[in-house]
Formats: sequence, C-alpha cells, structure tokens
Amino acid sequence: MSAIRVAIETCPLAPARALGDDGASGARVVFSGQVRDEQGKVQALFLEHYPGMTEAAMENIARAAQQRWPVNLIEIIHRVGELAVGDEIVRVTVCAAHRQAAFEACAFLMDVLKSEVPLWKKVLSGGVWHWVEARDDDARAAARWRAP
Amino acid sequence: MSAAPAATVEVRFFAALRERAGVDRLTVTPPAPALVSVAALCDWLAGQTPQLGRALGDTPRRMVAINEVLATMDSALRDGDVVALFPPVTGG
Repeated sequence: MSAIRVAIETCPLAPARALGDDGASGARVVFSGQVRDEQGKVQALFLEHYPGMTEAAMENIARAAQQRWPVNLIEIIHRVGELAVGDEIVRVTVCAAHRQAAFEACAFLMDVLKSEVPLWKKVLSGGVWHWVEARDDDARAAARWRAP
Repeated sequence: MSAAPAATVEVRFFAALRERAGVDRLTVTPPAPALVSVAALCDWLAGQTPQLGRALGDTPRRMVAINEVLATMDSALRDGDVVALFPPVTGG
C-alpha cells in the first residue's frame, strides 16, 4: 500500500529523514527547491497559500502520481510565510522499487505543483516587495504530462 | 411570477489580486445572470466598486477555484459556493 504525506510548514525545514527504508523501495528521489539570490538582487521571499485548498491540491497531485507510477511513498512539504535566501521552499520525496518511476513521478509532481497548487511568491528586492509572475515555460512543463 | 430566490456566494481573493482589491473576502448576492459562469460573476463584481473594477482589470490572467477545487471561467455557480479568484500560481 503506497502512502502519501503532504505538509505546509511555516518554519525552516528540518534535514530530510530517511524515507522508504522499509525494504520495498530500491529508489528514493528527493527534489529540494531553494531560494536563489539572483546575483544579490533577492533579499527575501514570501509565500502565500490558500489554507485547506493548498493541502488538498498537493494530495490530489500525489494521488495522480500514485495512479500513474508504481511508487511506495510520496511526501510533499512546502514552506509558506517569509523565507531567506538559501532556505528550502519545497521538498518532494518519492520512493519506489525502481529508479525510473521515482524520477518520473518526482518530475511530474514538481511540474504540476508549479501550475496547479495555490501558492504565490513575492520577492523582496531593493527593499520593495513584488509578486512573481507565472512563467509560460512552467505551464509548458506541466502540459507535457497531459495525455497527447 | 416570483423572482428566483437570491443566491449568496462567498468570493475570496489571493495574492496580487487580494492586494489590488483591498479585501480578502466578500459575501455577495449577485443577480441570476451573474451566476451562469465565473466570467459573468467577474464582470458583475468589476461593476460593484471602482477598486474591484481596477483590481480585476489589472489582473487579466486569473485562475479560479470553486469550493477549493480548480474550476474554469465557464463553470456555473450555485448558492453557497465559495469562489476563489487568484493570479496564476507560482509555488515550488
């Protein structure tokens, strides 16, 4: 039986724990997204979310990945609130018997998270906060997983 | 002939749209034609106050969720729905 865990965190993430060490998973893929400084232009980041829906949307994309790839465990943790440069924003862990399912499910989860999960980034740059605009290539990255 | 009973929907705004609207949620009772679609509700909302009109006009790319599930601008609305409007998401 494969498991799904999702969490929204307001504090810096603890170091990754060993997941999927139950003997069934030969592969563990972890994606960790971190705050870039953009050559010193970014001083801080703020993440807004939609409490309730954000968690539900993270569970939905994890269920979609579970139906598509033979995975044993999916964990998605996303930070909200104010983040410093270098802080981990998101951590997606996928455990599976074999590496291909783990790699693909992890890539799918990140691409779909960026286009479907209600989270919005604001950047502090030059002492001024501004909202980050959605990127067309993020939309294209999510679209590549849709059935042809 | 009696009028259709009034339907009440809660509208929530997030991120840049929330800041531009100056409000994070509104409870509204729009006329029936504004409930045929999210797009129709947005048009009606834009006419309610100048600030809402500007906020929606300045946020032409919008996503919508109805009762915490992603929906489309064509989705119809019913009494009691919670309609969340927001700019395209930028998490991850």
